Amino acid sequence: MTTTTEKVTTQALPKPVQQLGDRIFAGTAKAAGVLILVVLAGVAAFLIVQAMPALLASPADLPGGRSLTAYIGPLVFGTVLAAVIALVLATPLAVAVALFVTHYAPRRLAQGLGYLIDLLAAVPSIVYGLWGVAVLAPATLGVSTWLNTYLGWLPFFAGPVSVTGRTMLVVGVTLAVMILPIITAVAREVFFQTPKLHEEAALALGATRWEMIRMAVLPFGRSGIISGAMLGLGRALGETMAVAIILSASGAVTFNLISSDNPSTIAGNIALQFPDSTGLAVNTLIASGLVLFVITLLVNAVARFIINRRREFSGAN
Amino acid sequence: MKTVRHGARARIAAVGIATSGVLLIAGCGAANESAPSGGAGGSAAPSVSGTIAGAGSSAQQAAQEAWIATFTGQNAAANITYDPSGSGAGRTQFIGGGVAYAGSDAYMTPAELTQAQTRCKSDVVEVPDYVSPIAVIYNVPGVSNLQLAPATIAQIFDRKITKWNDPAIAADNPGATLPDLAITPVNRSDKSGTTQNFADYLKVAAGPAWPYAVSDSWPVQGGEAAQGTSGVVGAVKAGNGSIGYADESQARGLGQAKVKVGSEYVGPTAQAAASVLEASPRVDGQGQYAFAYKLARDTTTSGTYPVVLVSYLLACSKYADAPTADLVKAYLNYVVSADGQSLAASKAGAAPLSDKLRGQITPAINAIAAGS
Repeated sequence: MTTTTEKVTTQALPKPVQQLGDRIFAGTAKAAGVLILVVLAGVAAFLIVQAMPALLASPADLPGGRSLTAYIGPLVFGTVLAAVIALVLATPLAVAVALFVTHYAPRRLAQGLGYLIDLLAAVPSIVYGLWGVAVLAPATLGVSTWLNTYLGWLPFFAGPVSVTGRTMLVVGVTLAVMILPIITAVAREVFFQTPKLHEEAALALGATRWEMIRMAVLPFGRSGIISGAMLGLGRALGETMAVAIILSASGAVTFNLISSDNPSTIAGNIALQFPDSTGLAVNTLIASGLVLFVITLLVNAVARFIINRRREFSGAN
Repeated sequence: MKTVRHGARARIAAVGIATSGVLLIAGCGAANESAPSGGAGGSAAPSVSGTIAGAGSSAQQAAQEAWIATFTGQNAAANITYDPSGSGAGRTQFIGGGVAYAGSDAYMTPAELTQAQTRCKSDVVEVPDYVSPIAVIYNVPGVSNLQLAPATIAQIFDRKITKWNDPAIAADNPGATLPDLAITPVNRSDKSGTTQNFADYLKVAAGPAWPYAVSDSWPVQGGEAAQGTSGVVGAVKAGNGSIGYADESQARGLGQAKVKVGSEYVGPTAQAAASVLEASPRVDGQGQYAFAYKLARDTTTSGTYPVVLVSYLLACSKYADAPTADLVKAYLNYVVSADGQSLAASKAGAAPLSDKLRGQITPAINAIAAGS
């Protein structure tokens, strides 16, 4: 409907009058757009140029003395593992919070809650890191021991249980808290845009509120949930300081989430190793950064793809 | 690099102008009062001016900050900066000419020394300035006076000894009640001079019990890893049955193990740490002004604590301009002086250099001069 009207208006107008202000604005906007591309290309070029010596070096000269894949592989594993734990924990919670805010909470409470969640996104990651290591880690000791005792047959809880609690599980939980507001914010916006007619139709057919949500809200909001989750995943993948502070990273490739022996993440490893690295070690770290850059780009591209594919249903237009 | 040097030169110029202004005023004052010129520290040392930059060891950071604050307080016209970018970065910047002096937790390799001599166009001054005991810290309920032999420490950190009531630990602690508790060794997750020195101790003192090469990254997988000294101390505090290593000054309030030296067990005191250097031979072939020590980690001398971090100062013996040479000389002399060392002891928990050692290294610092 709106699109047709717009088309009519643009056709009806003769040539638009171009004033100086218009041209300045158009130029500035275009420059801003180009600038972003230039910055992105610049970062990519920097990463590639700086990573090149590590890519070309003989394996024996690299840190660890084996090969670039052997060095970066465990880091990629750790990065993805931490991010996936965070995503698995945060997504259902975020959807539940968004549903509560949009469909269950009284209006005034919903508004306050929305502000609070946005505030959660404003907390610096280093604060989350300190909280994770000082509060969350010691608090999980009992839980980890319980998991190990009763669910020890699962590879995730094989133990031995870390005595400090600075485990992959705690990192995952901390990251989940960090990405919760991002996913919630996106899901909330999409749920708000569910056509009222759909909801009322469902209710009129005799659906309970939960059935209405399942039939009208969730299918409509699916793309929003997915894209929110992907944005959250992007942040979880790149999180640095919280991981560096909390995780006891000793380089193992394992699914064991509650021991002292954990794979590091790419960003966390760079933060830890960069200060005292020189020469080829720096190039290797930057090469790992390049890998992270590519992974993040892919994740964001997938998110964009999903959003675009389902744009016609999203109500954003 | 170029811009850095350019910036430094611009700053030197600026300070120079400021200095000449000060001198003018001082000159007026002198003329009026017909008194000998000179600032507060004029009687002890000729006042120096200019700007020098240093970089390197982050272990020295706290001490360098204290030294710089006091030194520039006494010499208002002097401006000194220290960038704790890490020992390796410090040596690289020193060799590249980016900084006038550097701090390093390891003495230079022969290759680095040659490069540094090329940069300086002269001999290199390399003197120990910062000795810090590394404490073996532990958190075991009911155990208050832990004693460990080097081989036992090595096997604990190599995860070969996994229980606190292991016979090897019991043999070092006759009469002590040791709990049936798993040992969690805690190491640094970042690169560190502390790790390098601790690993070097294990390598030399424990021999075959420590089969790893010495580097600034921890070689054993699977232990608890934490960021920085504060991270290790925090992990040991939090972890029941954990053991770690950290700068003694940062590890007070925790159990600190005594290590076996000869036939006795010695705790990490400043005095015991400083006496290691006297028991250690000087590394040959480094040049007349390079005082590098092959630390006698396996010493049996009574009252010596061999688990120490020894950090060095690197400087040229010749600088192109006289103000820089004078400033570097004055600053280095202050750092190794009794005043400077006791300041580092109080601010950074370092072990002060002995008078005997100071007597040996002072001529090297005094040899710094202008010229090419």
